[in-house]
Amino acid sequence: MQQPGFFDLMSFGPGGWGPAMLTGALVTLALALCGFAIGAVFGAVAAFAKIAGGRIARTIADIYTTVLRGIPDLLVIYLFYFGGSTVLTSIGRLFGHDGFIGLPGFATGAIAIGIVSGAQHTEVFRGAFRAVHRGEIEAAIAAGMHPFLRFRRIIAPLVLRYALPGLGNIWQIVLKESALVSVTGVVELLRQAQVGAGSERQPFTFYFAAAILYLVITSLSSITFRQAEGYFSRGVRRSR
Amino acid sequence: MRDAATPSAKVAVRLEDLHKYFGPLEVLKGISLDAREGEVVSILGASGSGKSTMLRCINMLEVPTSGTVTVGEETITLETDRRGRPRPANRRQVDRVRTKVGMVFQTFNLWSHKTILENVIEAPVHVQGRDKRECIEEAEALLDKVGIADKRDHYPAHLSGGQQQRAAIARALAQQPEVMLFDEPTSALDPELVGEVLRVMRGLAEEGRTMLVVTHEMGFARDVSNRVVFLHQGLIEAEGAPQDLFSGGGSERFQKFIAG
Repeated sequence: MQQPGFFDLMSFGPGGWGPAMLTGALVTLALALCGFAIGAVFGAVAAFAKIAGGRIARTIADIYTTVLRGIPDLLVIYLFYFGGSTVLTSIGRLFGHDGFIGLPGFATGAIAIGIVSGAQHTEVFRGAFRAVHRGEIEAAIAAGMHPFLRFRRIIAPLVLRYALPGLGNIWQIVLKESALVSVTGVVELLRQAQVGAGSERQPFTFYFAAAILYLVITSLSSITFRQAEGYFSRGVRRSR
Repeated sequence: MRDAATPSAKVAVRLEDLHKYFGPLEVLKGISLDAREGEVVSILGASGSGKSTMLRCINMLEVPTSGTVTVGEETITLETDRRGRPRPANRRQVDRVRTKVGMVFQTFNLWSHKTILENVIEAPVHVQGRDKRECIEEAEALLDKVGIADKRDHYPAHLSGGQQQRAAIARALAQQPEVMLFDEPTSALDPELVGEVLRVMRGLAEEGRTMLVVTHEMGFARDVSNRVVFLHQGLIEAEGAPQDLFSGGGSERFQKFIAG
């Protein structure tokens, strides 16, 4: 019997893995987006603590970034998943439920990725804030802008201008890290490829398809980031 | 030289016994000064004499260690925080005072991500909550007045220093301020661009604007202002009408200072 070819396997027809792989890619994208967004929130808070916080807030933020940059990301995911599940299981036992209760893999994975990438977000935001010309902030103060208005109208757009290249890097890392979340049982792109590879006994085909889908996502996102960079660098004189 | 503001004119800015420490360093050692409505006060002094610090105390960019600042009718109330450092007791009050005070900086400080027009309408629209269309019309008139109406849609980085500073003056005027503060407005400019900024400032003085100007431009101080204040090491060393001070009155140190 002839082995089915690449396009047969990846087709959207009966017996094709196309829909499954595409769903896997969407799960990967969703996971990365959630992780990135959570990371941005953590990063913004920690960066604020480092820039403007008191001694305690600064210390907490320092511990956060130091610890999370020093632990393998996979380990953080394990700690979150099994740590959280252990807590849940013992709570379950308290109410007479025997057996393991797992945390929802997607949420745990997104939060774990968010916390890991948040450490990187922190440094990117902090560096970007430092690059903002002090005088522009002072002019906003002198114009009578209250702190939130000042942040929204002046500081945030200027910080984003300097942060976007760094954020683009973080996004690429987060996208690839999302593959680690497969250990919690979430069927994202890599996990889906493993499943397909196992059942059709054609590992290369499935991993190759996954690689292409990852590449499509990263290329589309670099285009998006480039456009965003263009938008936020408006008014910057370019030396060509 | 223009007519001195009448002594009966209301006080626009009053500083009473201002002290300011930066760490152990006392930069202002008890400054008292009244600027009346319509008056142009030039503040001279060597670098480090405290003249910029004094100006920045008026809109609380620096919070004085002690003393009081009054703008118009409003005296800014200060309190001390847990570490014993002074801070404004009422943030809203300070923001209110700041909208009444237009400030022009040495380094222009235009918002680089906004066009010139957007810079000018930012405070009126988003701080003062005024009608945007009305603000745009007014901004265009202001840009025309400072001579850069054609630059309205340019970003600051595409303008020369002189044009940027004129845009910054228009931005400050758009707040419809009661007082204009100028912190060495021409010090960062190439010499050939100083004139265009001074011309705009002279025009404002002739309109009867209340202005406090920290400057090194002796010509402006002598010819445009009603009053000259000379600071030395955190104290007012000499003060008076420019014609008196520049014709040999005032302190010996002031004479040395203007002689260069």
